[in-house]
Amino acid sequence: MIRLDQLKVQAGGFSIDQVDMEIADGKCTALLGKSGSGKTTIMEAICGLRIVVSGSVFIVDRDVTDETPHLRNVGLVPQDNVLFPTMTVREQLGYGPTIKKWDKQAIHERVEEIARALKIDHLLDRKPLGLSGGEAKRVAIGRAMAARPDLLCLDESFTGLDDETRLEVMQVVKAAIQKEGATTLMITHQMSEVELMADVRYQIVDGQVGLLE
Amino acid sequence: MRRSSNRLKLPSWFEGWLGLSIGTYVVLILLLIAADVWFVAAAWMDDPSKTQLLSSDVLLDSVKLTFLTCTISAILSVIIAVPIGYCLSRYRFWGRSVIDAILDIPVILPPLVIGLSLLILFNNFPPKQLGWDIGSIEDMIYSVTGRHVTNTELAVIVAQFTVAAAFAVRTMKATFDQIDPRSEKVAMTLGATRGRAFFDVVLPQSYKGVVASGTLAWARALGEFGPILVFAGTTQGKVDVLSTSVYLEINTGNIEGAVVISLLMIVLAMVTILTVRILTDKDSKVDKGGMSR
Repeated sequence: MIRLDQLKVQAGGFSIDQVDMEIADGKCTALLGKSGSGKTTIMEAICGLRIVVSGSVFIVDRDVTDETPHLRNVGLVPQDNVLFPTMTVREQLGYGPTIKKWDKQAIHERVEEIARALKIDHLLDRKPLGLSGGEAKRVAIGRAMAARPDLLCLDESFTGLDDETRLEVMQVVKAAIQKEGATTLMITHQMSEVELMADVRYQIVDGQVGLLE
Repeated sequence: MRRSSNRLKLPSWFEGWLGLSIGTYVVLILLLIAADVWFVAAAWMDDPSKTQLLSSDVLLDSVKLTFLTCTISAILSVIIAVPIGYCLSRYRFWGRSVIDAILDIPVILPPLVIGLSLLILFNNFPPKQLGWDIGSIEDMIYSVTGRHVTNTELAVIVAQFTVAAAFAVRTMKATFDQIDPRSEKVAMTLGATRGRAFFDVVLPQSYKGVVASGTLAWARALGEFGPILVFAGTTQGKVDVLSTSVYLEINTGNIEGAVVISLLMIVLAMVTILTVRILTDKDSKVDKGGMSR
């Protein structure tokens, strides 16, 4: 269980206050809201990339509010992927497990497994330059999932793709998430993405986060 | 079949402007070199003894010392420029603007002033008036290492490094500014500490910047003259690097010798920079035709 308790976060002149959310284990929770409503700010606070003004962030019942990002065991997929340009796809997928000191065989097997699940196993020896939008997206998601994070964070991760590719990528990612039982938070402003992916829905309206029935 | 009219198309004003700019400056540089070559060739044809400098052992020592000191200065410059450039690029802290301005001082100040300041720093600091009775920095270094700095090869390296490092820092900061800071953030969410993210993700991306920074520092060190003249002196056969050798030859009225050494510096610079570029450029042959990042 991931829990936000009366969270207040500030980003420059913008702030969002009194955020209460619960993200259930193994479920995909969507946070809907217009552009500029503060969705990404909340996600960055969960990942430890924004300083929390007040309130708390709990990841698997552990208060991580003051912990640095590398101790939180989350996997972030930014909107525009931010792949590491000097690493091959294999190295990107193996980066999290390598950092977490998995043994080499386990890393190899995990990379193969996640690459097959996301249908990018034919790209393992390629570098990001030249990958299509859909391929890059799947690599970014695979990189975030590989070390089995307690929370997978998808920050408008399906935008910027044509409709056909977006649907294809979402279906592949949904299947991978379900297979892994990954606890997921996705933020989006597209209801179609929510309908396909999400089990639980929250919405931000006028700075207030509420459960969407 | 390719239409031949494409090949006959006249350049637009824009392409003309680009070509004219490149052409003008490249021609100016080539003319400088050609004039030197012509001057030496004419002197050699007139009297070969005038250009016999090339065979002297002193000159060979000077070449060796120049290459060695420039290389050490460039390596030291890069070692210091990488963390400073990264810090200035990524961190916002109190006094950052002041530090940024201080780092530009070696670029702005006349080189002679740098040399004079080094001389005073090493030999008259801390000032005797403070009554600390610990001697100068030069004295302290001598008592610990048994070596002098002023008027030695070490002074050449210190003088070169002081100026070259400032250029290396600017290059590294510009390099890090161009690398998306979210790379590190993503790496940190994957479990990397800030330091690990830097070495795994940022430093490999800054590879070309590191090479450019080192090359610039090396070239700058090669051309350094003022601080070396004041801080290291110009004792022939002891601490004379090529730039000070040119000065010595001019002072003794041997203009032909000075031009020969100048040409040698051009060759040394071209060979070194081209070698570095060829060795480090093998990854740059990527498709730059599209908009892919």
